[in-house]
Amino acid sequence: MSSSSQKLQSVEKTTGLHVGEIEPGVKKVDPIITIDKVHRQFGGLTAVDVDHLEIPRGVITALIGPNGAGKTTLFNLLTGFDKPDTGEWTFDGDNIAGVPAYKLAQKGQVRTFQLTKALGLLTVLENMKLGAKHQTGERFLSSLFPFIWKKQDDEIAEKAMGLLKKFKLDAKKDDFAASLSGGQRKLLEMARALMSDPELVMLDEPMAGVNPALTQSLLDHILDLKKEGMTVLFVEHDMHMVSHIADWVVVLAEGRVVAEGPPDVVMKNPAVIDAYLGSHQDVDLGAVTGRIPKVSE
Amino acid sequence: MELVRGAEQTLSQKLPKWIVVTLVTLLAFFLAVGPASSAHADEVGSEYDFTISGNVKNEGEPIAGVRIVVDGNGYSAEVQTGDDGKWKVGVPERASYNVFLDQNTLPEGIAVLEGGDTQQVEIGPGGSVVKNFFIGEGERQTTSVVDQLISRLIYGLNFGLMLALAAIGLSLVYGTTGLSNFAHAEMVTFGAIVAMVFGVILEWPIWIAIILAVAASAGLGWVQDAGLWAPLRRRGLGLVQLMIVSIGLSLAVRYVFQFIVGGGTMQLPGSSAAKIPLFGAVALSTIDLASMAISLVVIVAFALWLIFSRIGKATRAISDNASLAAASGIDVDRVIRIVWILASMLAGLSGILWAYFRPGIKWDMGEKILLLMFAAVVLGGLGTAFGALLGALIVGILVETSAMVIPSDLKYVGALSLLIIILVVRPQGLLGRKERIG
Amino acid sequence: MDWGSILSNTAQQLLSPATMAFALAALGLAIHFGFAGLLNMGIAGFMAVGAYGYAISILTFGFPWWAAALVGIFASVILAIIMGIPTLRLRGDYLAIVTIAGAEILRLLFLTTANQEITGSADGLFGYHASFRAANPFPEGTYGFGPWTYNEVEFWVLILGLILLGLAVLFVWRLINSPWGRVIKGIREDEDAVRALGKNVFSYKMQALIIGGVIAAIGGIVYALPSAVNPNVYVTSLTFFVWTALLLGGAATVFGPLLGAIIFWVLQAFLSNVLPALVSSGIMPFVTATQAATLRYVLVGVGLVLLVVFRPQGILGDKRELTFVK
Repeated sequence: MSSSSQKLQSVEKTTGLHVGEIEPGVKKVDPIITIDKVHRQFGGLTAVDVDHLEIPRGVITALIGPNGAGKTTLFNLLTGFDKPDTGEWTFDGDNIAGVPAYKLAQKGQVRTFQLTKALGLLTVLENMKLGAKHQTGERFLSSLFPFIWKKQDDEIAEKAMGLLKKFKLDAKKDDFAASLSGGQRKLLEMARALMSDPELVMLDEPMAGVNPALTQSLLDHILDLKKEGMTVLFVEHDMHMVSHIADWVVVLAEGRVVAEGPPDVVMKNPAVIDAYLGSHQDVDLGAVTGRIPKVSE
Repeated sequence: MELVRGAEQTLSQKLPKWIVVTLVTLLAFFLAVGPASSAHADEVGSEYDFTISGNVKNEGEPIAGVRIVVDGNGYSAEVQTGDDGKWKVGVPERASYNVFLDQNTLPEGIAVLEGGDTQQVEIGPGGSVVKNFFIGEGERQTTSVVDQLISRLIYGLNFGLMLALAAIGLSLVYGTTGLSNFAHAEMVTFGAIVAMVFGVILEWPIWIAIILAVAASAGLGWVQDAGLWAPLRRRGLGLVQLMIVSIGLSLAVRYVFQFIVGGGTMQLPGSSAAKIPLFGAVALSTIDLASMAISLVVIVAFALWLIFSRIGKATRAISDNASLAAASGIDVDRVIRIVWILASMLAGLSGILWAYFRPGIKWDMGEKILLLMFAAVVLGGLGTAFGALLGALIVGILVETSAMVIPSDLKYVGALSLLIIILVVRPQGLLGRKERIG
Repeated sequence: MDWGSILSNTAQQLLSPATMAFALAALGLAIHFGFAGLLNMGIAGFMAVGAYGYAISILTFGFPWWAAALVGIFASVILAIIMGIPTLRLRGDYLAIVTIAGAEILRLLFLTTANQEITGSADGLFGYHASFRAANPFPEGTYGFGPWTYNEVEFWVLILGLILLGLAVLFVWRLINSPWGRVIKGIREDEDAVRALGKNVFSYKMQALIIGGVIAAIGGIVYALPSAVNPNVYVTSLTFFVWTALLLGGAATVFGPLLGAIIFWVLQAFLSNVLPALVSSGIMPFVTATQAATLRYVLVGVGLVLLVVFRPQGILGDKRELTFVK
């Protein structure tokens, strides 16, 4: 793990996010998302089974867990890319279970994908312009008459260039996105997501496939999001990174929340250590998640 | 569900109510005017070269308004007798057809006295034939609805079994390579044409001709995979590109067939064998019975092979998960080659049976049932052989029985509509498994 | 071999109603497949609906020609909606199968003797030209020069067809180079990405289906204007020919469909004149004249295969922009 050899700059964490005892499902002072009794099954496999979970506003929350824990499924459910079997959740107080993905994006919630979806057949600038909301030119009738949408398009281009400069992609604005490196595409996807001035940014494994030299830059961009008042929820495997920038950590295993809290507290939680390291190698993970009822020990 | 809601919302946002009502009314009007009304002409099909005609008289007095239906070789038409009792139907090919007289349109107490209400005719050397029914006072021996239904079920079964032979191959090719092969129809035609070359042109015994045709089909399958599909797969062509290649291939091969055999219809020996009345309204010729038996035997043998043989299991493994199959040591390319050979052989055999069923061999005979093959495969579940069998049987029976309630020249519409409905409601088909999202 | 008449006949095809109709159909298909990535294998159905809508409106309902044309267009909108609502969420090759089946159902409905009164079934529809001819602004006479000589009726059809074609090209060009076009191109490549950016993907696909369908229907109307409406024209082979023309010119370009259609039709005309001439002059002794005619179509099939394998972007396209190529 070469990232551990990097000197990561120290980060100020936000505290006091929870109300009451730290345990799975603890209430938050200012939740942006609340999730209730969400269940999603694929055939015989339960992918997600969350009783209650609240995501705090304005800070960086990490969603971690071993492979197959249901993190991406939960992501897909929250962002409207999948439908739960049962359950409800709210965003900013609005009930959004079952709302289609594109509507959620319009409400101020934006996501990136594990396998980057930078649109390779469009140029970098076109990718960015796509991210903007409320474009009159996107309506069919208006699109026929450039004089209606030209001005707004130019303004969007200006905003896009500003973001591209920040992400150091401005020189590539007219290149096809397919010609960018993997890391650059990740940055493009993130920059594009910011075009809509979202409230909640959901990143699905932002560090996946990124070479370590780019890691610091990516981390800084994520921290910037918090500085500008956005809430961040991200899925990650790199524990070092998580403990570095996350204000709050939620641990999933076998679809259930086994622990949550500030990173240093969660890392010491024996249930979490079990889930990841399987120190009780002969014990089924279900003993940790509660799937197997505890026999007195 | 989300999308229907989305569509409703979109439509209701974008279109005011009165437009929606107008649309629906216009649509309903057009569809309703269709099958509900029947032809009033006493002569139809005047643009065709061959004719079947007749005169309906009771004791010398002409009867007007009697409904006659002519069908065969995929063609179907209806007429009503004019005031002079005469009727005339133009037909596209010099072949045999069924003529049906609807006794419900005869006056009370008058019936067809001999031969039944459905009789077979063959176009004579002059390009026409006359069919008169022996009419008089008497009890109507109408084929009861149940009898009719049973006879249609059996014909549908026959058709379905033959369709299954073609559909199974199509489904397996899709399952192992992901290719929707539009040229599959031409493999069906190929079998029939080769059988004709040996059996009719060279006048060899028909059994030898059939065996040679199936062997030639096997060769065709091998050539196709070795010469075209495997190289294209290696080249890394996307599935859409491959599909378009199959479309181009089907065009080219189909017109090569027309180049070779011309635009007319030919018959295999024995195709006009007499129909033996069996029970109820069911009348099958020895050829029909042999065809069903052959289809059944081949399908069962193939099923056993698929279930029990190593390559059969490998085929199913690849259809299920190609990379996993390859990782467990299966030689995917070799299995795919074998699948192509088998699919082609089955299609060729299907073509020969189709030539007896229609009856008739034509350059585009395969194309006429291509969509039915797709319907069968999709209905059963793309990629599964048993699904294709089930789907083909359902399609065959549906096509034949639907002719009882809708005009017979629309009998494919039922199966095609079912195809669309299945893809919308249950795209994995009856036996397929739903792919996991995400 | 009378090269003079062969070339003259071929040149005449350049500006024939069939060519213009084909170009319009290809343009409609370009919106469906080239820009939105929709595998519409039923484009012949849209042409049929336009043509039949036009002819039926005049013959059965007595509409004037321009109202009949509007009915044809309206009918194609309905067809697009009916086809689109259940199928636009289907995977590519599924959509192909559904559209082919849909177009065939349509053709069978037009062909059935049960509908004979309205659709003419196998005979088709003809004799609806009166009001169109009455509206002809060109006085009696001969127009043009060389192989492009027309009487006033043919000229009227030609000018109208060219105007419609020009408007369609302008329309498509504006559309594609706008933010709307940007969204469509994004959808073509990756629906989910575009959905995650807040665009209603289903609505855009439906709009693309409707717009492309309308343009194809106008093609059907242009084809029917001077001649007749025959159900044997709107078969799946027609769809495949339109696809060939589209891929030839360049599926994801505005002028590609035009170029492809022109080359396709001119080539067809050339071959249909040359091949029988080769036979009758003894150069190709081993085939008959009818056989020579079928050779044309064999070449189309082979051409399509070569095209999609070796140059899927067509003449004007950019390979980097194609989504259906790996």
